[in-house]
Amino acid sequence: MSAYDKYRAQLPPKLLEEIKEKTKDMKAERVEKILERALHEYQRAQIDAGESVGIVSAESIGEPGTQMTLDTFHFAGVAEMNVTLGLPRIIEILDGRKEIETPMMEIYLVSPHNKGKDIKEIAQSVKETKFQDVVAEFFINIVDASVEVKLDEQKLEGIRMTTDKVSKALQKELRGVTVKEKGDTIIIKPRSKGDSLNEVYNLKEKVKGVYIQGVKGIKQVLPVKRDDEYVIITAGSNLKEVLQLDFVDEARTMTNDVFEIRNVLGIEAARQSIINEVFKVIENQGLNVDVRHIMLVADTMCSSGDIKGITRYGVVSDKASVLARASFETPIKHIIAAALIGEVDELNSVIENVMLNQPVPVGTGLPALITTFKK
Amino acid sequence: MAEEPTEEPTEPTEEPVAVEEDQEEEAAPRTESSSETQIEEEAERIEGYEQFTYKKVKSIAFGVLSPKMIKQMASAKIVTPELYDKEGYPVDGGLMDIRLGVIDPGLKCKTCGSKIKECIGHFGYIELARPIMHYKFIDVVISLLRSTCRECGRIKVPKQKITYHQERLAKIAEESGPEARLEKIHEIVSSSKGQSKCPHCKSKQYKIDLEKPTTVVENEKRLSPIEIRARLEKISDEDCELFGLNPSVVRPEWMVLTIMAIPPVTMRPSITLESGERSEDDLTHKLGDIVRINQRLFENINAGAPEIIIEDLWDLLQYHITTFFDNDVAQLPPARHRSGQPLKTITERIKSKEGRIRHNLAGKRTNFSARTVVSPDPNISINEVGVPKKLAMQLTVPERVTQWNMAYLKKFVERGHTQYPGANYVIRPDGKKKKITDETREASLEEIQPGYTVERHLLDGDIAIFNRQPSLHRMSMMCHRVRVLPYRTLRLNPVVCNPYNADFDGDEMNLHIPQTEDARAEAEVLMEVQTQLISPRYGLSVMGCIQDAISGAFILTKDLTLTFADAVQLLAQVGITDFSRLPKKKEVTGKEIFSVLIPEDFSFRGKSKSGETVVIKKGILEEGVLDSSNLGVGKGLLLRNLIKRYGSAVTVDIMENFFRLGTYTLQHVGFSVPISDSDLPEIARNKIEETLTYAELEVKKLIDQFHQHQLEVYPGRTMEETLELKILTVLNQARNTCGEIVSTYCDKKTHTLIMADSGARGNILNLAQMAACVGQQALGGKRIERGYRGRTLSAFQNGDLSPKSRGFIKYGFKHGLAPHEFFFGAMTGRDSLMDTALRTPKSGYLYRRLANAMQDLKVEYDGTVRDASKRIIQFRYGEDGVDVSRSENGVVNVDEIIDSVR
Repeated sequence: MSAYDKYRAQLPPKLLEEIKEKTKDMKAERVEKILERALHEYQRAQIDAGESVGIVSAESIGEPGTQMTLDTFHFAGVAEMNVTLGLPRIIEILDGRKEIETPMMEIYLVSPHNKGKDIKEIAQSVKETKFQDVVAEFFINIVDASVEVKLDEQKLEGIRMTTDKVSKALQKELRGVTVKEKGDTIIIKPRSKGDSLNEVYNLKEKVKGVYIQGVKGIKQVLPVKRDDEYVIITAGSNLKEVLQLDFVDEARTMTNDVFEIRNVLGIEAARQSIINEVFKVIENQGLNVDVRHIMLVADTMCSSGDIKGITRYGVVSDKASVLARASFETPIKHIIAAALIGEVDELNSVIENVMLNQPVPVGTGLPALITTFKK
Repeated sequence: MAEEPTEEPTEPTEEPVAVEEDQEEEAAPRTESSSETQIEEEAERIEGYEQFTYKKVKSIAFGVLSPKMIKQMASAKIVTPELYDKEGYPVDGGLMDIRLGVIDPGLKCKTCGSKIKECIGHFGYIELARPIMHYKFIDVVISLLRSTCRECGRIKVPKQKITYHQERLAKIAEESGPEARLEKIHEIVSSSKGQSKCPHCKSKQYKIDLEKPTTVVENEKRLSPIEIRARLEKISDEDCELFGLNPSVVRPEWMVLTIMAIPPVTMRPSITLESGERSEDDLTHKLGDIVRINQRLFENINAGAPEIIIEDLWDLLQYHITTFFDNDVAQLPPARHRSGQPLKTITERIKSKEGRIRHNLAGKRTNFSARTVVSPDPNISINEVGVPKKLAMQLTVPERVTQWNMAYLKKFVERGHTQYPGANYVIRPDGKKKKITDETREASLEEIQPGYTVERHLLDGDIAIFNRQPSLHRMSMMCHRVRVLPYRTLRLNPVVCNPYNADFDGDEMNLHIPQTEDARAEAEVLMEVQTQLISPRYGLSVMGCIQDAISGAFILTKDLTLTFADAVQLLAQVGITDFSRLPKKKEVTGKEIFSVLIPEDFSFRGKSKSGETVVIKKGILEEGVLDSSNLGVGKGLLLRNLIKRYGSAVTVDIMENFFRLGTYTLQHVGFSVPISDSDLPEIARNKIEETLTYAELEVKKLIDQFHQHQLEVYPGRTMEETLELKILTVLNQARNTCGEIVSTYCDKKTHTLIMADSGARGNILNLAQMAACVGQQALGGKRIERGYRGRTLSAFQNGDLSPKSRGFIKYGFKHGLAPHEFFFGAMTGRDSLMDTALRTPKSGYLYRRLANAMQDLKVEYDGTVRDASKRIIQFRYGEDGVDVSRSENGVVNVDEIIDSVR
């Protein structure tokens, strides 16, 4: 396979792989020729120095924006789960918002769990269960000043819990109360003496939200068959904890929350996730935008090592030029801050030179003629 | 910044610091009034210098003006609020003092001696009777006061810690830039706050509050600007640095005004109304208030008036100065005109979309441009633009007279401005511009000699830039060749409709004529239509055949046969003169006719829209039909291959021919869409009826189940939601089945279907909607639910869940819509209008942000992508350095390479 190796340094790996795949059964001579031709084509397609790729990318994403829908669409599957799509989703990602509208995960499972046996139970065990989810009835005992809770046997079975386990979970989470079981009822009593009825009421409300089991933040689960394995799709996201579950395939499990990926897996992963998420939306809308443009946006957002949104607080605030910042939003603020520091605008970027009617330092504005003058 | 100088502190001064080459004289205030004469004179002024002096601003330094600097740069002291004397002549020491520049024709500036439009204006100053807080700096002042000692003026941080902080600050600034430093400073400020004793002089400290907007209160006692200024003066330069102030450009006490700069008259020109009355600029009004109150304050102080009166005047002066800088302060009532309309003062002038920065500095106006309605003309080339003669006689191209073209250019001058290929102006070498009229024509003819410039009318072949808003991508501005045509619209080839996103329902477009050789060369090389064939967005052709051209090509290449004579006629219409490639037969097939247009050595293998293979071998279309997937926009693989093989210039020719052949074929065979196209045979009608009845029954069953609580609920959904989802599925299915029935039973030969099949316009669903069933009207992904309580319209029963009452339109458009169906249709129609109206600004803003954030990114000579401060964004553009507009849909086409190498 020396023919391929020869071109390894010159051709991008993906292209080389494709050629390799498609020329598997060909004679070495022809392969050599094909590679030569491919290199030629590849080099011909190289970008020129000075090309203002930023603007081109901005145009390529901005222009089809007018064609995108504004709706939040439903996601395919038996039961529907809302997913933000279209323009709002793109805006959400590029803003670099920490809280996204519909966090979602796709949990892949390792074999044998992905074969569909017990898939419902596995899914349920991932879902965050709160106390109120397993309760059949709340009852306030005024005489004893306690809350008596009747549990729902069916629901308990569904998530493989027993009254015993529930009460233990309650004991762990609640302070200053005594938890007792009696058959299928749990009696919760405040330990403090001068217990007013009010306190009991408050306790009842507090108890409702107590975490019993599952992964915090996972609000909905939905097992879905994808190709020949089962995948759990969730509403709500908690990558860190889901990855620690032993039946989860860490390599393929994904969340759509870019910030979470940034915190758990690092900036490179976050960059890739921005690319994937934006690309997914654009593809979903039936639009054709080259990945390179999205890559450049993602790289702009992530190049500082942190996710910066395309907003006046994010990427734009990092610009070196006062005038470039001022021309975007809140000009007065920027000019005043600049005056206090005594900032000097070196006029290196595009917009300041436009303002001053001078050639811009991109494209044909870049090269200059060097001559020697006769003295 | 042309205007900025007003604002005394925040103003960017062209400082000698880092400016090497030279400082340009800050561009003269180019105000809105762009009268013809002004532009001419401008041009004239520049013309004289242009060829020899290239001045370039290298950098702009920002800083705060000190009282001393204000005085130094001022050319007049303003002492009276009066503007003009009885004769209407500007008063000395008034706000319109001619030492501040002139705005009246005939007057000369006392400072620089230049006339109107030449004098850029000069600053003045007034001495304030009492110091006044500068509103824009109030936050800084407060934090300075809070963090420094009221007695000794030192920062309230122990001595040993100061050096520690200083070191750390320097380090932070070095490592992570000025932003991080500012953040750190904030931390220090807050850590030094709230200490009740000064660590240096041990004096007691008090709490300082800001009473918005400009009053400072210490320990419930008001601090006067005099005291504040005194305290700020005490802060040492070293401490300033800790606060992030640069003591070489700012001293804290400068933030309390004792002297105020008066902006030059040229940036606040007055308008003379028709009645001869003068109407002053908003800024002049405001300055008048300031000067008047200031004078009164002076008088009162000198007269020893009671403290209350002085305080009141002082506050009033503070109000006026605050609103002079910003008339949109939350706590203050805005200063208004007598008519009640708020004054536009400095901040309002600068900020927002209509402000100086975005409107006048980042956006420019231009001459030598035209705008009218556009209309199509497939007979001009793709890279041409049809310009009406009337426009061609207004727009001009400057041409320099040399001894070789003098005779040629003289002819233009001779014809003057009224006869078509004439000339409008003659420019002398000294830059003087002369209009050619009947009277001056002879004289101009006489004096023309090499070195002069003639502005001649537009001719065929001249270069023009054509544009349609919104200019969303670079293909929205392309360079075309002028083609002077009769009538009054701009003409363009329909092939370029797509990149411009133009149609001809009244669209207007703009035309610009580049005036210099550089501009023309750049437009020609970088922007001409041929160079823009392939979109940098996805690497495929953005131009292609549309509508009739596709239908025509489809009909032609499908199974049309013409007599030889007809074929020749058709090709002749297209513009082909060489018929040697047409087979000499009595009857010629459409494929053979089409093949005449394909280059002889071109081979291609592709797929048509319906999935058949299309084979072109050695310039002969052997198999398949040509439709939108090969000729159309955004797909056009045939076009992409042509470009790759023969280059864009040849492709443009071929594309034009394809287009004309398509449209002329249609003219030949005739093409119309009768209502009978949506007729269906009996059997199909029955089937559709059956499908719809079945669906209705099915829905009824679901509803019954729902009422009996027997519906199987989807996980995580309520019973109602489940029902809705199920009904929706059933109804959509029914509509789709109808579509299928329509497509199986309808007449394949109808022109409606030809349009759908060729991809020229419409799809089978549109036909199904006309012929069979319009289907469910959805609002927000659900059936229609809104309206009255429990029902959508008063015509229905309460709680009716049937398809009919929830927006299902049972029959097709041809059958007609029932009143309620029409209403539901209107509901969804309105909803989609709203969607568009809401989306446009949202996506526009996203685009603006993206463009602003990324405009500086470019590929450097080393192949990396970097921003303006040379930070690396990507080590290689797109990871492989491929320019999308040179790729095929973003990739190198391996299959093609393999095919080509045998």
